[in-house]
Amino acid sequence: MSTMSQAAPSPSPSPSRPRNVKLRRFAARQGWTVGVLGILIALLIVEANVAPNFTSFDVQSLVIAGMPLAFAAMAQAVVVISRGVDLSVGSVMALTNVIAARLMEHHSMGTALGISLLVLVIGMVIGTLTGVAVVTTGVPDIIVTLALGFVWAGVALVVLPTPGGGSPPSYQTLSSGSSLWQWTPNGLLVLAAAYALVWVPLRSRRLGLAIYAVGSDRDAAYLSGVRVPRTRILAYTVGGLFAALGGLALTSTTSIGSPLSGNFYTLTSVAAVVIGGVSLAGGKGGLVGPMLAAFILSAAVTVLTFLGADANYGQVIQGALIVAMVMLGGLLLRRREA
Amino acid sequence: MSVSAPSPASTREQEPRELARARRALVDHPLLMLGLILVLLVAACTIVKSSYLSGDQAGAILRYAAPLAIMAAGQTLVMLTAGIDLSMGATATAAAYVMAGQSSHGTVSAILYGLAVGLAVGLVNGIGVGIFRVQPLIMTLGIAGVVTGLLTVRAASNRTAGQNVPHFVRQVGGEPLVGFIPNSLILWIVLSVVVIVGLRRSGYGRMLYAYGDNPMAMRLAGVRSWQLLTVTYTLCGLLAAVAGIVLAGLINAADLGLADSFLLPSVAAVVLGGTSLFGGVGTYSGTIMGALILTVLDSFLTLLNADDSIRQILYGLIILALAALYARVQRSA
Repeated sequence: MSTMSQAAPSPSPSPSRPRNVKLRRFAARQGWTVGVLGILIALLIVEANVAPNFTSFDVQSLVIAGMPLAFAAMAQAVVVISRGVDLSVGSVMALTNVIAARLMEHHSMGTALGISLLVLVIGMVIGTLTGVAVVTTGVPDIIVTLALGFVWAGVALVVLPTPGGGSPPSYQTLSSGSSLWQWTPNGLLVLAAAYALVWVPLRSRRLGLAIYAVGSDRDAAYLSGVRVPRTRILAYTVGGLFAALGGLALTSTTSIGSPLSGNFYTLTSVAAVVIGGVSLAGGKGGLVGPMLAAFILSAAVTVLTFLGADANYGQVIQGALIVAMVMLGGLLLRRREA
Repeated sequence: MSVSAPSPASTREQEPRELARARRALVDHPLLMLGLILVLLVAACTIVKSSYLSGDQAGAILRYAAPLAIMAAGQTLVMLTAGIDLSMGATATAAAYVMAGQSSHGTVSAILYGLAVGLAVGLVNGIGVGIFRVQPLIMTLGIAGVVTGLLTVRAASNRTAGQNVPHFVRQVGGEPLVGFIPNSLILWIVLSVVVIVGLRRSGYGRMLYAYGDNPMAMRLAGVRSWQLLTVTYTLCGLLAAVAGIVLAGLINAADLGLADSFLLPSVAAVVLGGTSLFGGVGTYSGTIMGALILTVLDSFLTLLNADDSIRQILYGLIILALAALYARVQRSA
């Protein structure tokens, strides 16, 4: 996938062979992610130039706007890498959002953090249930998760029929504040921490490798001793964990719970995953690309509003961006194959 | 993985012969199985409300099933090529909205405008999928965003413009022909015959199945698959427009969220009807049954008079149960 080779650094001046190979391998593996990062940086530079006065506040609002989608994209990415697709991500986010907002209202920060842990466990349980349903029924992932999406959305309405609930103010600073340095909003740190604590240890261990193996070729994975059904279920479990993080991000960024808050995230997360370099055919890509793509999707709208476009064009821009980026990526890939 | 087949021979022989035969019949004729599910659902409705079995009720079911089934016809075509069209809801809404906005120019041109919207969106999808080879899921998802966004912009800019569903469209969508038979049923039947016969008898239909079965073989055989895909997505857009217009006639309004709630059921109807998501397998008659089942299920949940939340939960669980049952019967074949 060294398609976006312009983004990869040119071979170093001392052409020692091993380094060259290493570099090429890096380009092949991470080229797409680097390209996506390049686009995001370009967008930020444009925003810095067109915004009336670009301050750390703009970076902060970008993170606040993109954080829930970034978690949704990570949730979707894990499942898609195992060659599934999860059309219940948005509903799970809404459900965890309302559970958190309902329990946290009028409580202290300490309790809120405890509740967050509980919500993460709930997310994992939901994910596991989804995985079990997919594996035991033999019904395609897309239908199972579509149906379960209705179920979780219904449960969210039971928990909280109308938007409400609340969260302690210091819980909101988890996404909106910037305690460390004004240019590193807390939301970004939380995202990085989630990635480092959940995916990094998993990726290179047995389970992570199994997820990639199951995604790229189920029969081959089975023959090499990977427990395929178990791995598929666990991929959904990890996805459920990230979806719950997304729900908590919604609670933190909006400070309340809303049973309909998740609708937007289900399909947009699929788009973010594909833009982020994860193949819908499974087995390829990582979590950083989708995360960056989520920020591109939310930043593009901000930039274009700064440029004077009608705010109502937001959806048009996102849709066109999704198609254009995937089309471009496809053309680049094909040229390389040819 | 065929792990879950516990020595089929031994269990089969212990079954009474009639039961085995019935099982075989269900497996061989999926339509029979779907019909059985439909009958069971209707029976459940009758238990909840004894006066359920009436002409009025049948009319209502058919009126609501017609737009869903017409939309699902497009979805069936696309799914036979192992694709999916997630822009159908947006396209149907856009077609109905444009149609209603042009009603002052006369009924015929209003409808033509609406159909043109469907044609255009379908063509764009087809070009993206067929020529640029974007994954259908992503292409149609992106286009759905574009269409919905454009519609929102348009609605925001001319709020005062007359939105009016023409009388003829209302007649087609909502009014009965004779007794409880709605006019839309006639349109639906005509379209069904065209789709079913077209899939079975025409070269296009056979190419569709062949492409879904093995796209590479088709390409090697010299078929221009991009043309096939472009035509298929264009037809799908057109059918979405027809469904949207019928729906607007039924509801007698064309708002911005008109057909959104029909998108996912249209996918579910096709899959329940036995069409494979991986292409090459499926029929439109199965889809029709799927659409009827979903509509009756909807009316069942309405009869229960439950909260929206409980309705959604039951809807999801029942679809999952039906799909699981179906998969199990198919696998035991």
